[in-house]
Amino acid sequence: MKRVVITGAGTINALGANVAETLEAMREGRSGISELDIRDVDRLAIKIGGQVKEYEPEARFNRQELALYDRFTQFTLLAAREAIAQSGLKFDGELAARSGVVLGNSGGGMTTLDENYRSVYEEGKNRVHPFVVPKLMNNAAASHVSMEFNLKGPSFTVSTACASSNHAMAQAFQMVHGGLTPVMIAGGSESMLCFGGVKAWEGLRVMSKDGCRPFSANRNGMVQGEGAGIFVFEELEHAKARGAEIHAEVAGFAMSSDAADIVMPSKNGASRAIAGALQDARINATEVGYINAHGTGTAANDKTESAAVADVFGAHADRLMISSTKSMHGHLIGGTGAVELLACIMALRDGIVAPTINYEEPDPECALDVVPNEAREAKVDVALSNAFAFGGLNAVLALKRFA
Amino acid sequence: MEIKDKVIEIIAEQAVLEPSDVTMDSTLDELGIDSLGLVESIFAIEEAFDISVPFNANAPQESDFDISSVASIVAGIEKLVAEQKA
Repeated sequence: MKRVVITGAGTINALGANVAETLEAMREGRSGISELDIRDVDRLAIKIGGQVKEYEPEARFNRQELALYDRFTQFTLLAAREAIAQSGLKFDGELAARSGVVLGNSGGGMTTLDENYRSVYEEGKNRVHPFVVPKLMNNAAASHVSMEFNLKGPSFTVSTACASSNHAMAQAFQMVHGGLTPVMIAGGSESMLCFGGVKAWEGLRVMSKDGCRPFSANRNGMVQGEGAGIFVFEELEHAKARGAEIHAEVAGFAMSSDAADIVMPSKNGASRAIAGALQDARINATEVGYINAHGTGTAANDKTESAAVADVFGAHADRLMISSTKSMHGHLIGGTGAVELLACIMALRDGIVAPTINYEEPDPECALDVVPNEAREAKVDVALSNAFAFGGLNAVLALKRFA
Repeated sequence: MEIKDKVIEIIAEQAVLEPSDVTMDSTLDELGIDSLGLVESIFAIEEAFDISVPFNANAPQESDFDISSVASIVAGIEKLVAEQKA
């Protein structure tokens, strides 16, 4: 089997417009969560989010492009440009024919849906823009990445709610690992911070009105974010042959299904995915130094996830670090695993572990080292990234420091 | 219909029981209503009385709304109706 390494990373999210800004914010434990600036926010009970601010689409895309690119596609393309530029890859000939893009996404073009439903239902119009369908479809972002970078191999979109990006990156990993292609673009994006998107989440009564405090006893729910994270997954020998800079190795993954409840998490499903990723990557539990938690800040997730980690790691659970960067960038739903992979890369490559900010009160049901409030320097050899979705679909990735 | 009867009707429907099987001292747990069922019941109550119920599924004990029994729910709704219709 081929070894798979990451040779490019890109992002835009509430913490920054690129990887450097995002990692700086994570190092400093800065929050990207703020008052939502969206239409009809006064009719929402939840008025905060990890919204991408100071962003002008018109400065990044031309008029024709904007007619086709929903906000989630715009974010995806900006992140893909950064990742692919960093990798130094150019896709033509045989490489273009074999390389593709697999992205995670949950809601598709929610802003496009919201705006067009308004126009036909609220304003009573009987005509919509001709590009509504190609703009809102969930695969629009993957398709535009394939077009912009000439990726002619396997490309598709994976939709497993909050685990979408991890499932997508696992698929891309598997393709390179199995020798199907030397390069895959992988990651995910989400943008559902519009009136209809936030209103739908309000209905479930799991959102916090005042902030995201994962693992803290006084946590009271999740806060939504938006943005994208995109990576270049490359076969090791291919990367070495062209002298590419390597950020980390993707060593394995596992997926599991709770087969239990549509919203409540399961310790057993989570444990099986964590243990499975270790097994797939041939890693001993004691080698794991850092876990980027799913850590949504809901009562149910955080205690279930803590119990699952304690189950899998036994005594080592008290020696590893586990943090939820959602406390800073919010929950990007289908894009969240992709942005969170950046924290794993920072831990492995730079030896800096991102904190769980807003940590105020210990919770005996989450008694792990959650790296409270301040980033920490540590040599980390192996990092995991957890994602446990609504619907009980779990995906955990295992990464190694590349030395 | 009295507030109490309407609330019991909503809870009974959620529990797939006859309203006569729901007593004031029943707990949601006894009635087989889980967290998702509770959120759905609160939605139905909000719609029926045109009120807003301050309930966060993450922190039921901190929400200003007691869900420990049918009686406490009815009392909470009566208070909210009185306040919000005032």
